Amino acid sequence: MALTKRIIPCLDVNNGRVVKGVNFVSLRDAGDPVEVAQRYDEQGADELCFLDITASSDERGLILKVIEDVAEQVFIPLTVGGGVRATADVQRLLKAGADKVSINTSAVLNPGLVKEASSFFGSQCIVVAIDAKARPGVNSGWEVFTHGGRNETGLDAIEWGLRMQEAGAGEILLTSMDQDGTKQGFDIALTRAMSDALSIPIIASGGVGVAEHFVEGVLKGGADALLAASVFHYGEMSVREVKEVMAQAGIEVRL
Amino acid sequence: MALVVVVDYGMGNLRSVEKALAHLGTSDVIKISGDPADIAIADKIVFPGQGAMPDCMKELESRRLIDPIRLAAATKPFLGICIGLQLLFERSEEGDVPGLGLMLGQARKFSPENLDATGVKFKVPHMGWNKVDICRAHPIFEGIDNQEYFYFVHSYFVEPVVSETVIGETTYCNSFTSAVAFGNLVAVQFHPEKSQHAGLKLLSNFLNWDGQWTC
Repeated sequence: MALTKRIIPCLDVNNGRVVKGVNFVSLRDAGDPVEVAQRYDEQGADELCFLDITASSDERGLILKVIEDVAEQVFIPLTVGGGVRATADVQRLLKAGADKVSINTSAVLNPGLVKEASSFFGSQCIVVAIDAKARPGVNSGWEVFTHGGRNETGLDAIEWGLRMQEAGAGEILLTSMDQDGTKQGFDIALTRAMSDALSIPIIASGGVGVAEHFVEGVLKGGADALLAASVFHYGEMSVREVKEVMAQAGIEVRL
Repeated sequence: MALVVVVDYGMGNLRSVEKALAHLGTSDVIKISGDPADIAIADKIVFPGQGAMPDCMKELESRRLIDPIRLAAATKPFLGICIGLQLLFERSEEGDVPGLGLMLGQARKFSPENLDATGVKFKVPHMGWNKVDICRAHPIFEGIDNQEYFYFVHSYFVEPVVSETVIGETTYCNSFTSAVAFGNLVAVQFHPEKSQHAGLKLLSNFLNWDGQWTC
């Protein structure tokens, strides 16, 4: 009897529609955020993460409608990230029905944002997303990148994680830029280093190819939760199948 | 048609609670309000909350809600959620502030020393899905399996003095109280509004509850 390790499917949302090939059988509309969210909920997803990739600022309000609609039908925690620049953005998303808001680039550009947002709304709803890449020049060996992995910051990923924890982050969403898209598994060393250094939960992300990678992420990487996108969207495995493999490996999951 | 007031005192996401209650298709009127007059005429009260306990008490005071909440908690079916549970007690280690003092005991912070079953240290906040051991039957648990999973997010847990008020227990580094009840008052540490089917069932049970319970 213990806290379960969480599985979190991540959905990319562009102009209010889910993109990047959601490939469920019998889905009437693969781009409908509510329908996709309901499907993951039925499969046993522990939370859902929405990443707003809408480029045009005119259309950015569409994510609020998406969250409102999903929050009326799906009763598990919802995290929203992408384009969160100010405390007012956090407030709008929470009001629409998000339970947590993920802050990435803006946490680096505006170091006071995480502190302000967490003191206003509580640490439980502030997730700091860190995109990290292996670099010999920094202490831990991993550097923080922003703007979807394009810009280097010179910041040490582990030291940055500690600073964000201090600022009031409730958890860290840690993406390995090296592993992302490779299907070779999570960056175990990076995840372990972050998990050992911090006292808040770590969500590992980037690199999942097979169900065993989730097991490794927990048992070797020390992750508290695991996030994945394409393996779920393309129907390669369901959340339930992943959880069954994890349970067989002795990891407590909600089945 | 009953009036259910979700108490708004500026702390946390009340939309989730409101949406979950509305989803149940009840004929009850669900109203988010921070007006003492609404709390006074409500048939049932839902008392949620997120954030830090000192901020919560400050907001309750400045909005003149302390006495209306105390009265409601003593007289009508009342459901506390998360901080809404911790606030019912005498004190919290968080900011070392007094609470509403409706239940004897205090809220303490998790201070994990051991490692969990996967060899990872226990993280704080306790965030995610964990089991609730129903140690005393209560109408809000009607139709819910013992050891069902609910969604938690919190760094403090309550230690009630009167063990007969404990109706649910959960284990995270230590065993702690995850649900309490006393007469018309019931409160849970987890978030039923975010706990899928079991959570919706609990909320539905609360709407159907007449406020009677003796341990």
